[in-house]
Amino acid sequence: MYGLLRVIVKELFQLRHDRRMIPVLVAGPLIQMLALGYAANTDVNRVPTLLVDQDRTPASRALTDRFTASGYFSLVGAVDSADQVEPWLVDGRAQVALVIPGRYGEDVAAGRPPRVQVLADGTDANSAVVGLGYASKILGDVGAELVRRPGAPAAAAAGGGVELVPRVWYNPDLKSRWFYVPAVLALVLMLVVMMMPSMAVVREKEIGTLEQIIVTPLAPWQLIVGKLAPFVVIGLVDMLLVTGVARWLFGVPLRGSLLLLMLLTLLYLLNTLGLGLLVSTLVNTQQQAMMFSAFVVMVPMIYLSGLLFPIENMPHAIQIVTYAVPVRYYANVIRGIFLRGSGLAALWPDALALLGIGAFLLTLASRRFRKSLD
Amino acid sequence: MKLAKVRAIAVKEYRQAARDPLTLGMLLGLPTMMLLLYGYAVNFDVRHIRLAIEDRDKSAASRDLASAFVNSGYFDLVANLPAGSDLARLTERRGAAAILIVPESYGRDVAAGRTARVQMVLDGADANTATTVLGYAEAVAGEASVAVVRAAGASRGAGAPGGTAAAAVAAAPIDYEPRVWYNPELKTTQFLVPGLIGFILMLTAVLSTAMSVVREKERGTMEQLRVSSLSPGELLVGKTVPYLSISLAATVIILLAARILFGVVVRGSYFDLFVITFIYLVGALGFGLLVSSIADSQAMAFQIGAGTSMLPAILLSGFIFPIRSMPIAVQVITYAVPARYFLVVLRGVILKGAGLAPYGRDIAFLLAYAVAVLGLAFVRLARKEV
Repeated sequence: MYGLLRVIVKELFQLRHDRRMIPVLVAGPLIQMLALGYAANTDVNRVPTLLVDQDRTPASRALTDRFTASGYFSLVGAVDSADQVEPWLVDGRAQVALVIPGRYGEDVAAGRPPRVQVLADGTDANSAVVGLGYASKILGDVGAELVRRPGAPAAAAAGGGVELVPRVWYNPDLKSRWFYVPAVLALVLMLVVMMMPSMAVVREKEIGTLEQIIVTPLAPWQLIVGKLAPFVVIGLVDMLLVTGVARWLFGVPLRGSLLLLMLLTLLYLLNTLGLGLLVSTLVNTQQQAMMFSAFVVMVPMIYLSGLLFPIENMPHAIQIVTYAVPVRYYANVIRGIFLRGSGLAALWPDALALLGIGAFLLTLASRRFRKSLD
Repeated sequence: MKLAKVRAIAVKEYRQAARDPLTLGMLLGLPTMMLLLYGYAVNFDVRHIRLAIEDRDKSAASRDLASAFVNSGYFDLVANLPAGSDLARLTERRGAAAILIVPESYGRDVAAGRTARVQMVLDGADANTATTVLGYAEAVAGEASVAVVRAAGASRGAGAPGGTAAAAVAAAPIDYEPRVWYNPELKTTQFLVPGLIGFILMLTAVLSTAMSVVREKERGTMEQLRVSSLSPGELLVGKTVPYLSISLAATVIILLAARILFGVVVRGSYFDLFVITFIYLVGALGFGLLVSSIADSQAMAFQIGAGTSMLPAILLSGFIFPIRSMPIAVQVITYAVPARYFLVVLRGVILKGAGLAPYGRDIAFLLAYAVAVLGLAFVRLARKEV
């Protein structure tokens, strides 16, 4: 036990001497949160819209007003015919063109179904889908009003219709910030408690001090635990930092228990440490350790975790792969505790998965590490 | 500047890169891996939304509404809930992403021509998906509404004098014709490929150049190069040319993989594509040199390079997140991110089949950026020599 303590103290000293660590440990999480909190926003509004009103009647102007008043579309210009639309879409000045043909007012007055065309730049598929959805909702509303209009023969009878009353739980204003900011927790812990330990171990390999430690009477497990323990402490500090900033700066609610979050974070750290140690047994230089942990481990795991991109949208085969990714379960934990206020009653399957995969990774890594020592 | 000396440095650099197959493999394998990840994992096309229905009415009308949701193709019915179910428990376990609640009065209201209200509970923990789901739900409900009104109008109209005219009027909702250009199937992959090229090039160009120079600093071999008869210009060009070619190779790999795996075809001219990529790359390489003049260790070079070039290329370029949706202060910052301009041109050339002409301003910025960073890096590295 004494030997173990000495390794931990040595590691802490080394960390303190490495002044680069401080910005990484504090600034890193902050930058990631600011970036994801402010830049990562998939809310679509004020879509730049080009108007092609060939009708120019009160009816067509009323329709245009409905589009602009919705807040989803903002007019950036007007042209006379649909042929002139292309240059606007090509250079991105407009993303959508609303085309109202010449017969629109006449059709409305005569009770014939009027035609309206919406041209969309599909290169940004996501915005286009959402924009077209808004357009169809607005046109649906206007259409329903035309049907119901007083004076139309059947209208008096045809009040009615179906009204959808949505209730959004956990995030009633649908702020994408609430979705992205807590996710930083998983990212930061990967960076700090996987990449850093892998580099710390490889550095000793590079400098040759690992050999010196091996000839000391330390047992391999003491060496492993001693080298990894300080990163667990740093990880928990970062967890509290991120949680605090998410709560107080970004106003993300923490509805569940902080203690449970800490407990499950510890289980997640088993996984990141295991991966970090595993990487250190696979590479020889710090540069390789960095590249390997960043691009072969971190990036794929983050993309396949549902942390930023929903797993439900992935092809079935990929969805199966995600079950092997520990971040997947931690993402559930984060969202569950922060937003849904879940307790262990709902999160035990995720806790179990984290524990299982973590124990497996750590065992595998320690075996390989010990073998590389012999 | 003597070509022979530049070549000597470049050859040395190639050999050094070839001796570290792990890193080289990552530089060239990364594009394909990222493309696979982005192509398959990054997808905002929401489908198969897990829908639970609590039908308290159980009338023909409520069954019609339920099948309207299921037949829309967006929703998968996962459960028919009895009235008074524990909905919170269901969403907490992620059993359903949306729950449709049809009240007992639904069938009566529809029959009587009153507005029938139905409720939908959405799991907002994933705000993006919830927004899209809400949009789909509104669209389905809107169509159902029109169908209900139309049916009521038709049945009433048929009994009354002038029935056919009334039925025609009832069929008057707007004939809405959406048309999507450039990416008619609205595939996310089409949109992501150009962004991916911008990001990967930043990664390979900035990081590999910066780290290769800093490595020489760390090992002390930089001093040796400086006391040789090489001029700073020869040294810089010699060191960047290999990474320029590796980065161009990465571009070709991405384009090929995108075409084979996801059917993304370059609609514009390859020459335009090459020109714009070359300009962007020169800027990125220059930035890598600039980073190397600041950083003293490879770890530091990595952090600075990743923080100032890669992260903005992902988050602030419009690659995944539309710039328009960002707060104004952040939008202002994006004007300083070269990837922002590169993506506009690249999307134009690859997806819209445009030439370079509409993008004069973007190209001018990229040129100015390349000249500025290269100049700055040159000055800094040359001054240190003295």
